[in-house]
Amino acid sequence: MIPAAFDYIRPASLDEACHVLDDAGEEAKVLAGGQSLLPLLRLRLAYPAALVDLGRLPGLRRVEDRGDHVFIGALTTHDEVLRSPVVRGHVPLVALAAATVADPAVRHRGTFGGSLAHADPAGDLPAVALALDCVFVARSAGGEREIPAAEFFVDYLEPALRPGEVLLGVRVPKLGEGWGFHYEKFHRTAQAWAVVGVAAAVRTVGGSIEEARIGLTNMGPTPVRARAVEAALRGVTPARPNGNGAAGGSRDPLRDACGEAAEGTAPPVDLHARPDYRRHLARVLTYRAVRAAGA
Amino acid sequence: MPRITVTVDGIRYEEEVEPRLLLVHLLRDRLGKTGTPVGCDTGNCGACTVMLDGRSAKSCSVLAVQADECDVVTIEGLGRDGELHPMQEAFRTEHALQCGYCTPGMVMAAIDLLRDDPDPSEEAIRQGLEGNLCRCTGYCNIVRAVRRGAQEMSGEEVRTS
Ligand SMILES: Cc1cc2nc3c(=O)[nH]c(=O)nc-3n(C[C@H](O)[C@H](O)[C@H](O)COP(=O)(O)OP(=O)(O)OC[C@H]3O[C@@H](n4cnc5c(N)ncnc54)[C@H](O)[C@@H]3O)c2cc1C
Ligand code: FES
Ligand code: FES
Repeated sequence: MIPAAFDYIRPASLDEACHVLDDAGEEAKVLAGGQSLLPLLRLRLAYPAALVDLGRLPGLRRVEDRGDHVFIGALTTHDEVLRSPVVRGHVPLVALAAATVADPAVRHRGTFGGSLAHADPAGDLPAVALALDCVFVARSAGGEREIPAAEFFVDYLEPALRPGEVLLGVRVPKLGEGWGFHYEKFHRTAQAWAVVGVAAAVRTVGGSIEEARIGLTNMGPTPVRARAVEAALRGVTPARPNGNGAAGGSRDPLRDACGEAAEGTAPPVDLHARPDYRRHLARVLTYRAVRAAGA
Repeated sequence: MPRITVTVDGIRYEEEVEPRLLLVHLLRDRLGKTGTPVGCDTGNCGACTVMLDGRSAKSCSVLAVQADECDVVTIEGLGRDGELHPMQEAFRTEHALQCGYCTPGMVMAAIDLLRDDPDPSEEAIRQGLEGNLCRCTGYCNIVRAVRRGAQEMSGEEVRTS
């Protein structure tokens, strides 16, 4: 369908963008890559009075190594994120997840910030932001503020951004030595949203898990930080894949710990899966993700 | 109404456009570039894929105003002097189309893929075309065509405009 009519504003600076958004209030929407917003407009599921296009603002499309963290500007495209040597080298979980988003053409336009600001629990990057304890930097006419990932995803498609606030970018902490990473996405076809996804960061010492951080995609109205399984994983020594563990017949303590992965979640029902099947997937995929992350 | 300037298949156009006009409708309805079809309402099928400033994009998911001052290449801009582009020729040789609806998008996505990987494996081709759906030929001949197109083009610079 053809979208309903709206005004189009392309501010020349961030200041101007903030002022335009401040004046327009809830009537206006930010336009970044448009890869979520334009399909919504075409299906007439959204009727903003105005779109404020940030697509050409200088300065929001960059990746910076800042010592203890990597700053990813909101307007950096998925394609740029997954190719960035800084991202791949220091925060590889972000690159692994970005590579699974949609398809090449969508990744050329869709942005890192747009994916997070859209706050879709089925999106692949929100679970990563939660697992890595990212910090969101937002700006409005009133000034700048920081929002920890744990407070950013308020409800389904509802980020903690206030009307008139622009997401400038995200600080992604570097985790340092000894960590392994993996994003495990279960989907029906090559290009499809996750039925369930698991973002895992795992630190092992001498074959045992010292610390694990797990984020879940599509397991509730918001992305989920799976604290129960993180606690269960601490101190676990996984069976060797071809040794005396799972394959050998006796129980793998890692598999037992991953049984906690769906604890406290409220997964959705849709055409592809019921909640009980999603809980099953969360447990199986967490096991795979933790294994692939080096445990 | 916003006024935009956009280059399409090598020709510069100046147009007044409603903000809600999609790039694909600008191409088809205003500029007569009906080689680029619309297949879905959701950004999933890839039939409408064009090159936007040298990289593949789904023209149904871009506003015409967002393409202001950009360079667009459609399937109609690939041929030279009455000759098909090697990738188009390869699709014909390998019978990689049946109804042909997905073909313009497939060819554009295939050319985009070769920019990063001039000699793609079957697996890389299947991954690279993940955003393009074919509902009738099936993908075997399409993958074969992209292999052939890549070989024909080897050594040649990947031409996207
Ligand atoms: C066919 C298809 C398949 C897809 N598959 C996946 C997938 O598998 N996994 C996945 O994670 N995503 C998927 N996506 C979505 C894709 O990741 C989008 O790029 C992303 O969700 C939105 O980014 P965008 O830049 O296009 O944002 P837009 O569509 O421009 O905006 C999305 C929302 O965020 C707001 N917004 C955007 N940027 C900012 C900002 N800087 N500050 C404040 N608000 C902002 C907008 O107002 C809007 O409400 C898919 C999309 C398509 C079309
Ligand atoms: S018509 Fe553009 S992706 Fe289907
Ligand atoms: S040839 Fe008919 S859809 Fe691909």
